[in-house]
Amino acid sequence: MTVAMAIDRTVAKGREYPPGATVTIRVRYFAVLREERGMEEELISTGVATAAELYDELRCRFSFSLSTERLRVACNGDFVPWSQPIAEGDLVVFIPPVAGG
Amino acid sequence: MAVRFTLTDTPIVPAVEQCHLNDQRAGGYVSFEGWVRDHDDGRAVTSLDYQVYPELALVEGERVISEAYQRFDILCARCVHRHGELAIGDLAVWVGVSAAHRDAAFAACRYVIDQIKDRLPIWKREHYLDGKSLWINCQNISVEANGKEIAQ
Repeated sequence: MTVAMAIDRTVAKGREYPPGATVTIRVRYFAVLREERGMEEELISTGVATAAELYDELRCRFSFSLSTERLRVACNGDFVPWSQPIAEGDLVVFIPPVAGG
Repeated sequence: MAVRFTLTDTPIVPAVEQCHLNDQRAGGYVSFEGWVRDHDDGRAVTSLDYQVYPELALVEGERVISEAYQRFDILCARCVHRHGELAIGDLAVWVGVSAAHRDAAFAACRYVIDQIKDRLPIWKREHYLDGKSLWINCQNISVEANGKEIAQ
């Protein structure tokens, strides 16, 4: 599946959910999160304020197995704290436990 | 500044990487090669995939190397990590450090591989002989009454 197709399909979903959404961001998935979500990247419209709230919302919506205690989060290409405010156009990536080397 | 941490989806050639460490002030160099082994946690492994978030891995990898320069008296440090599908015996990661004296080279090489394993957004999926596969470290962990952690 191409990324473009994944985005197209979820943009439509994003317009429906949630009502009163204030920002649209990109979320990219890796490893177990990509497997659980079934796509590499999507646009999400959301009213949440922070990265932690965003993950909680997505976890509820998509039944991700990992809790925030097991993850780190990156925004626009670098690690950020979970308290990072979410802004229009951000690229947010949740980092599952790593296993390089 | 030269790039000192790289990613590749083709085989790593240590002799090529080593060329970048040449320095007339060097008394030697230390390297670490991480290989794909045929077993993990008692299970027979047939192959594995590494997935990487390249933009962030490159930034964090350069940070690790910079820290090695700050902490140890070394001349040159480099690391290359492979991604994609790998077979048993393939070279997954290579670290090389040259220095005037060996203590610094050993310590810096150890530091780089430890930090790379701990911090870089790189994930490993092992494929097992029984046909199953698993993203390493990504299982839900539950703790039994005796305190032993078990992966679900």
